[in-house]
Amino acid sequence: MNRRLSLFNVTSLVIGFAFLYLPILLLVIYSFNASRLVTVWGGFSTHWYGALFRNEALLEAAWVTLRIALLSATLATVLGTLAALALTRYGRFPGRTLFTGMVYAPMVMPEVITGLSLLLFFVAVDLDRGFWTITLAHTTLTMCFVTVVVQSRLMTFDRSLEEAAMDLGAPPLRTFFSVTLPLIAPSIVAGFLLAFTLSMDDLVIASFNAGPGATTLPIKIYSQVRLGLSPEVNAASAILIGIVTLGVIGATLLSKRSVLRSRRTAH
Amino acid sequence: MVERSLLRRVTAGLVPAIPYLWLGVLFLVPFLIVLKISLSDPAVAQPPYKPVFEWGDIAGFFGALDLENFELLTQDDLYFRATLSSVRIAAFSTLLLLLVGFPIAYGMARAPERVRSLLVALVILPFWTSFLIRIYAWVAILKPEGLLTQALTGLGLIAQPLDILNTETAVYIGIVYAYLPFMVLPLYATLEKMDDTLLEAALDLGSPPWRSFWTITVPLAMPGIVAGSLLCFIPAVGEFVIPDLLGGSETLMIGRQLWSEFFSNRDWPLASAVAILLLIILVVPIVIYRDVEARRVEGRP
Repeated sequence: MNRRLSLFNVTSLVIGFAFLYLPILLLVIYSFNASRLVTVWGGFSTHWYGALFRNEALLEAAWVTLRIALLSATLATVLGTLAALALTRYGRFPGRTLFTGMVYAPMVMPEVITGLSLLLFFVAVDLDRGFWTITLAHTTLTMCFVTVVVQSRLMTFDRSLEEAAMDLGAPPLRTFFSVTLPLIAPSIVAGFLLAFTLSMDDLVIASFNAGPGATTLPIKIYSQVRLGLSPEVNAASAILIGIVTLGVIGATLLSKRSVLRSRRTAH
Repeated sequence: MVERSLLRRVTAGLVPAIPYLWLGVLFLVPFLIVLKISLSDPAVAQPPYKPVFEWGDIAGFFGALDLENFELLTQDDLYFRATLSSVRIAAFSTLLLLLVGFPIAYGMARAPERVRSLLVALVILPFWTSFLIRIYAWVAILKPEGLLTQALTGLGLIAQPLDILNTETAVYIGIVYAYLPFMVLPLYATLEKMDDTLLEAALDLGSPPWRSFWTITVPLAMPGIVAGSLLCFIPAVGEFVIPDLLGGSETLMIGRQLWSEFFSNRDWPLASAVAILLLIILVVPIVIYRDVEARRVEGRP
């Protein structure tokens, strides 16, 4: 096939990617700004990073956010993988339409609705707002994303491998753990990472379900931004962006390696 | 042996049962509660609404429900205007997203194969960085003394500082920026599979490029256009963070109204009624989206 990039294609790609990356880049650059004024360059300095690490309220919020993200992403990965298996391997079970509806709806549902409805539920069952309510709320939202990621992998998956294992007498659970699971592992890891970042990032649902005891980093950042721009928030953002960039590069390298390995074994 | 097969069947049954139960309890039941509370009266208490459900008192339960909150929504034209402007802002942003996203997706689809996966990764990467932070970055850019004004005055293009922050324009910029990956990726997925020979044939038969674009490329990209538009439109209608940080006090949006009913006015029943209203607006797009998505994932035609 003869596909060539025209000048128009190249221009739209360049402008498009500049639009996507310039704001993030500016944010990172200005986190090294010596001036207290966020938009006036006052020379290079790592002052705000130091200030950040002495800001105990912010560090505490970061720690809570990290714990919630780890726990909810783990739960969401287990639940999402089960849901994906149910959708791909169980054919038409009773209530399947409702089930797919419940899996797809939370992903597009405005966060204000999800947040409010979960809060009212937690109040109705008399659960104190805080760490656990945010964790449960995030698990519910993110498991749907895990489901979709794992489901798309299960769809394109060679079922004859599972059938061969069963023919050779492996019980279903054993087949799952020694054949299915290793094959869908990359998608499970991807699902986990997605759930983790979504939880780290969420402001709206966490705000509805946070209690006096547990404030997350996005809630903290949001309340600071409402008071005005602060270079400390820039520094915190730059660190988060750095972590995510490293994580994505790491994940890409890992998946490249596993693709190469599986190609090598295939030949 | 009997015991083992029973155990096996129970384990097999657990696979759909566990996530089903989880979503039922933490997704479906909360909705029913929102519906219930939207029909009950506010109270100065903790929680700030009158409990209208007592087990065994079904008649009393239905008797206590009323549409008072919804009447309030229709009486005060604030909610009507907020609904209208949310739909308008979301629809116009979706259109802008299509206009911005299509050339990018098209360029990606025409790029050499070995760069394509890199380009896809580059579109996804901003999505992994915090939504809040990406919107926050625009505050510094759009402020009157912000970076955009500085850049444009530096270039000598403008004399007065731009006053974009806290206007609807800023909301459009924010939505287009934050949702761009959701538009580009479904578009790219359909455009990438497109058969180029169709375009070549049209060209050979003397069709001008713009005509081939409208009669071949756009119809073939339709599934991507529909999926991308819904994926942007639905959450944009209920958006809170973007209008709150970029839109200023004049930008009315329903998600923001819900937030302030809940956090500022502490009127939970009214906030629930606003949630139901928002849901009614979105139910049709959500059902269409679910269908499109299920078809795409399960590969059905």
